[in-house]
Amino acid sequence: MADTSDIKKGFKMLIDGVPFAVVDHQFVKPGKGQAFIRTRIKNMITGAVIDRTFKSGEKLDQADTEERTMQYLYPEGDSRVFMDTRSYEQLSLTNEQLGENALYLLDGTEVDIMLFEGRPIGVTPPTFVELVVTETEPGFKGDTSSNTTKPATLETGLQVNVPLFVNTGDKLKIDTRTASYVERVKG
Amino acid sequence: MLQVLRLRAKAMEAVRQFFAERDFIEVETPAIVPSPGLDFHLSAFEVRDSEGATVGWLATSPEYQMKRLLSGGAERIFQLCRSYRADEQGRHHEREFTMLEWYRAHASSEAIIRDTEGLVAQVAKTLGSPEAAALCPPWDRITVNEAFDRHAGQVIDADDEELFFRVWAERVQPQLGGERPVVVTDWPASMASLAKLNENGTADRFEAFFRGIELCNGFGELTDAREQRRRFELNQAARSQAGLPVYPIDERFLQALERGMPESGGNALGVDRLLMLLTGASSIQSVMPFPAEEL
Repeated sequence: MADTSDIKKGFKMLIDGVPFAVVDHQFVKPGKGQAFIRTRIKNMITGAVIDRTFKSGEKLDQADTEERTMQYLYPEGDSRVFMDTRSYEQLSLTNEQLGENALYLLDGTEVDIMLFEGRPIGVTPPTFVELVVTETEPGFKGDTSSNTTKPATLETGLQVNVPLFVNTGDKLKIDTRTASYVERVKG
Repeated sequence: MLQVLRLRAKAMEAVRQFFAERDFIEVETPAIVPSPGLDFHLSAFEVRDSEGATVGWLATSPEYQMKRLLSGGAERIFQLCRSYRADEQGRHHEREFTMLEWYRAHASSEAIIRDTEGLVAQVAKTLGSPEAAALCPPWDRITVNEAFDRHAGQVIDADDEELFFRVWAERVQPQLGGERPVVVTDWPASMASLAKLNENGTADRFEAFFRGIELCNGFGELTDAREQRRRFELNQAARSQAGLPVYPIDERFLQALERGMPESGGNALGVDRLLMLLTGASSIQSVMPFPAEEL
């Protein structure tokens, strides 16, 4: 069994059956008193971040989580099918489970899937993806002062604000952490 | 690296100057001692010889030996030394750290609080610290109960020590000394350690805080050998019951109290924490040339 000495950034523990990941931690020990570990932990299912203080030496339940790199294969009804790049094992996630991450998926995109007790609970897409613009209004010449961006729809349905020079058919580099335009990709 | 070395050298020089101006003697006491601090929440490094026999422990603070010097007639002494604590590692803790400890015979904890204010302000000024203005004396004073009441909205009875320190660590301490340092006095008698008791029954112990960080722990010193032995034995019993190593009592220290130690005040100040606060660093490791993790 783990205890507080195992706590470090990213350590995953089970509290009342819910997996939490350590975001930040600090050893505190009042002069003549008991030592504690103050932590900031993230609920891995809801994403909520809470503060929790543990007595130094307190036993902890390590959460049975596993992160696997998987490749997106194809849509199937309301779900998307992924394949483990090592074991070739397949797994499907509903669009609801994927949320906005579904908007970064192209055939072959590799994502990290977090499994808790064998069930998928989270998806991390690549930091940058390249997507083609399917729809955007042509830029207006000369109008560069007031309106320097315009909306564009990309091949996965993702909508981002882009500079005026971007045209339908351009390939764009997108930062998935902020869902924002980075640059136009040549070729 | 060079910046850290220069900072430390300059700070040590300022500390030495402060005490030299006040007619203190700089002293040295051993790192390996026959008995470390016996407090329940202290853990010491045991030292063994080549045959595996216990030689002693690394000093958790130089307190016993410095008090023997007071008993022997020294009246104003200070020491800059390493102190060692097992199982303490974090942004504000290192297993080996620099302690500034000083004592005044024929003086109260009040005189030591004034020393602390003056010393910290002078070091801050010498180093050109951006905190120098905030650290100007006099510092605010608050009792332990007032601190709980103000910052946690309740006073916690020290009988439930775990709850006391949990609320202290979570809600009280982070709020202490936010803008200016604050000296917290009147600790529960059960946490008197080596301090005498005040007339109101609390311990004559103080701690100064700045930006939520404990800077020092000072006492109006207990000089009653019999009471000191009783507290040591209570510590030993508690340690034994909890399955912790039971350290021996330093008999020569108790003999020195029996022979007579004048009424004294003393303080132990964490030099690394002071440097961290004066430079605005976020950890003591960043003001140390060799933190444990980089050895």
